[in-house]
Amino acid sequence: MDFDLASVYKAKEFLWEGFKYSLSLTVVATGFGVVFGTLLAMAKLSSMKWLSTAAAVYVNLFRSVPLLFVILFFYILMPMLTGMQMGADKSAYVTFSIFEAAYFCEVIRAGIQSISRGQVAAGYAMGFTYGQNMRHVILPQALRNTLPLLLTQTIILFQDTSLVYVVGAKDLLGAASQQVQTHNNAVEMYLSVALIYFIISFSLSQSVKRLHTRIAIIR
Amino acid sequence: MGQYNWNWGIVLEKVAGTDEYYWHWLASGLGWTVVTALSAWMIALFIGIFVGTARTVPNKWLAGFARAYVELFRNVPLLVQLFVWYFVIPDLLPEKMGLWIKRDLRDLVTFTNYLPEFIFAVLGLGLFTSARVAEQVRTGIMALSRGQKSAGLAVGFTLGQTYRYVLLPMAFRIVIPPLTSEFMNIFKNSSVALAIGLVELTFQMKQITGEYAPSNPIEVMAVVGGIYLCIAFSVNRLMAWIERKVRVPGYIAEGGK
Repeated sequence: MDFDLASVYKAKEFLWEGFKYSLSLTVVATGFGVVFGTLLAMAKLSSMKWLSTAAAVYVNLFRSVPLLFVILFFYILMPMLTGMQMGADKSAYVTFSIFEAAYFCEVIRAGIQSISRGQVAAGYAMGFTYGQNMRHVILPQALRNTLPLLLTQTIILFQDTSLVYVVGAKDLLGAASQQVQTHNNAVEMYLSVALIYFIISFSLSQSVKRLHTRIAIIR
Repeated sequence: MGQYNWNWGIVLEKVAGTDEYYWHWLASGLGWTVVTALSAWMIALFIGIFVGTARTVPNKWLAGFARAYVELFRNVPLLVQLFVWYFVIPDLLPEKMGLWIKRDLRDLVTFTNYLPEFIFAVLGLGLFTSARVAEQVRTGIMALSRGQKSAGLAVGFTLGQTYRYVLLPMAFRIVIPPLTSEFMNIFKNSSVALAIGLVELTFQMKQITGEYAPSNPIEVMAVVGGIYLCIAFSVNRLMAWIERKVRVPGYIAEGGK
């Protein structure tokens, strides 16, 4: 068979639009996911029983069902709750932020628990409140220690954004599949998309690996 | 949300215009999910153990090849991999074979109409997961103390025997907890196969909430979510049971619980 790479090249602006959406979805979901995940982790480690139980239920629920299920769930539920049509593109931002928070929570929780008890006690001994202790002593160290894991989770998240194709959002894969429908170039198009994902994920994960060794040495 | 008419019996109702009930569809979807996940898991375990072991051997070529395999399958999204298997590979195969896959494979067996989707889903999901299993197996082997390998070689085992009788039996026990989460992931990830047309559980949910019962999606989704929770819980219990069964007394501490 003949490769028609010219047809992929011609669609480059179309694909770029899709790629920008994938990227913005990754960035937004990571931002919200880390913030919300940190709060969840603090709740999960809280001494208030009802709070830690609630956080544990949230995390376990979202980690037990497929992401695709959650995407469909919110895609259908969101218009009913808000009373307005928001479309697949917008609802995905909410879905991914809510879903990824559960995964970021587990990473950050491990990070908080890795801080030695002495550090926590020292903070309190200086007269810090719980909030100050978290803000100035525990979280800066916990987040730095878990940075490689957080970044790895972000790479997984970037790959997972391709699932929004299923509800018809136009991410990189969605854009490619639209091109395939009009130009009938599935082989070239999907191989190119696979290559793009591979290059980005591979180079990012290599840099995370380097970062990991550097952080390990500093400690 | 004011005028939502709750109807929790929806999955027990008949599909309009057919003799089937919604719960039939969900049950058949669950069947496909379980069969697909288990078949893919066989592939993932088999290849994953080989590739993971190969990454730790002294032979540079073998270890390098194994690493390339892992990086390839880990850095492309599962959905894109499934598209490549389903839409691309048949076109890249020799013409006769490709045509056979497209035209005759579907009619090869009489009991189902979804053989091609099933085969490519199992293949794609299995190879995708095998790279993850390989990483866990490699980590398990690396976690063993260096003395284990030296001890094996010192008593006169060849490298192969050392792996077979010393390293792998211990490494397998170490990797059971991380493999548990991979085993759970494979059930969750099987939902991605709906994109190539496999009629598994999430596909059925999408179909029912989309076309057939659009006025009661919440109840249907709640039932499907409940089924996924049950799957996750059962897998978790099963693996915990296996972990207890194969524990070497005194070696792996009771820690972690």
